Amino acid sequence: MTSDSLELKPRQATGPAAGQTSSILTLRGAAAAIAVALLLVLPALVATFNVPSVVGLGTQVLIYAIAAMSLNLVLGYGGMVTFGHAAFFGLGGYAVGLLYQHFSEQSAFLGLVPGSDSLAVALAVAMLVSGCVAAIIGSLSLRTSGVPFIMITLAFAQMLFFLFVSLKAYGGDDGLMMRRRDVAPFFNARDDINYYYICLGLAACWFMLTACIVRSRFGFVLSGLRQNERRMVAIGIAPNRYRLVAFIIAGMGAGLAGALMANYLRFVSPDMMHWTKSGELMMMVILGGAGTLIGPLLGAAAMVCLETFLAAQTENWQLYLGFILLAIVMLKRGGLAAILDRLPGARP
Amino acid sequence: MTPMLELRGLSKHFGGLTATDNVSLLVPTGSLHALIGPNGAGKTTLINQVAGDLHHDAGAILLAGAEIGMLPAWERVRHGLARTFQIAQLLPQYSVLDNVALAAQVRQGHSFRFFADARKNSGARDQAMSLLQAVGLSARASFKVSDLGQGECKQLELAVALATKPSLLLLDEPMAGLSPLESQEMIDLLTTLKGQVTMVLVEHDMDAVFALADCISVMVYGRVVATGNSDEIKADEAVRTAYLGEGDD
Repeated sequence: MTSDSLELKPRQATGPAAGQTSSILTLRGAAAAIAVALLLVLPALVATFNVPSVVGLGTQVLIYAIAAMSLNLVLGYGGMVTFGHAAFFGLGGYAVGLLYQHFSEQSAFLGLVPGSDSLAVALAVAMLVSGCVAAIIGSLSLRTSGVPFIMITLAFAQMLFFLFVSLKAYGGDDGLMMRRRDVAPFFNARDDINYYYICLGLAACWFMLTACIVRSRFGFVLSGLRQNERRMVAIGIAPNRYRLVAFIIAGMGAGLAGALMANYLRFVSPDMMHWTKSGELMMMVILGGAGTLIGPLLGAAAMVCLETFLAAQTENWQLYLGFILLAIVMLKRGGLAAILDRLPGARP
Repeated sequence: MTPMLELRGLSKHFGGLTATDNVSLLVPTGSLHALIGPNGAGKTTLINQVAGDLHHDAGAILLAGAEIGMLPAWERVRHGLARTFQIAQLLPQYSVLDNVALAAQVRQGHSFRFFADARKNSGARDQAMSLLQAVGLSARASFKVSDLGQGECKQLELAVALATKPSLLLLDEPMAGLSPLESQEMIDLLTTLKGQVTMVLVEHDMDAVFALADCISVMVYGRVVATGNSDEIKADEAVRTAYLGEGDD
């Protein structure tokens, strides 16, 4: 809308915009429906074309998508550049690994908490632990902002990384192996296709949750804090309370993703919380489009697929991955979600 | 009657520089009190201390008789204090209506609500719309803030401040950067607000100040050198030499 139209009456000014919205809704609705349908029938397609490894690839995409969506809440919507998000991813993984280890040894963590091989219990514990640690890390690091915030979140994540490297009882450097995947109620999670559907369901839940949160009163305040903290204080908002809650929700999401990843790989190691993993999650969010709902999904899919594809072609795949990421981020501000937005009929 | 705002011996130092020097001020409920003075006299610093963006070194700030000097800025807002900024502070990616509705939402209570759509909060949206009508921005309700002119931003900031339902409104140069026409609109707007809300106005536009203020305080080097109504201030010899004579071209 140009400034020439400023004199229009409100009804006239909003008229064409309202028409556009409905056409976007149908176009986007159709694209979303196709994407959901593809995700739902992926295992069947895989069976038809006889490429079983794609189910695993899809599972990894979905798991990383949950982690990237959770990071997007703080990074994209909240404007908090945290460089330690993999800490929660790793904690979620270790929650699963530790519970399984104690279950198989018939022992108890610190002599108090018995082990478990139930997937539901493991996921709940992983989210709870990650959420609690996020509350601690968040309440300390949110006293700062900008570069100090980046550094302090990185420092906390590295502390946790070295803590788990030094925990020889739980594998130290080498990590923990799980002999079998955790068991789920009602159906067999040890089957890869079933496990894919579990991840798909949880990713869909996390997507809906994020969609709700960012449109809610809380999301309104969170996004306002990103845009102008001074303004928010001047209308009576205590900034860090809202930021901390977002940080905890994000930590829980990463914990969930980590727990799913540990179960998928049947392996956890300190590498899951290494700073390069934090960087990878950040890359997914920025590549896909920070502060958009669909961005982290696209980013996770692009990163996991590119990594797999390039690694199969050449040993120096990281070099080529770097070029592709650079090209997308530099050529198109707003990442893959912005490219989707440019499709005909989409939002101007 | 308890004054809406009372400052008692407020002082603030930045290193060796005294920004606010033992300022005491009484603003009766319902009045508009203007603060004038040359650049660097400490007017904005004083506003920032009252709003809580800066912490004073000594003295007390009483809002309707209650000490608020120790509260953080956001909590002072909950006690009925609102402010506008010299350079408009808005949420650039949100629409005009969203900016006001968010302030109205915060006024409704805490915002730890994670599920219902905030843009369907009809209480806050209706209130925001009527405030936009009051400041003359209702035709721009769906515009993005980044597409607004400077004058409209100032009007919008006023609507946002009013959405917090303040009993005391601090206005930091609401006419700065406005065209003569926009300034006149702002003066008209503030005139309609007079009596409904107590205001402290920092302004360089003398016509505006003399038209609006019930009481004027003149600040020089962080101190209040004179207080009185507009006729008294115009007549005050010390004020003329210290400020009006130098400030006018």
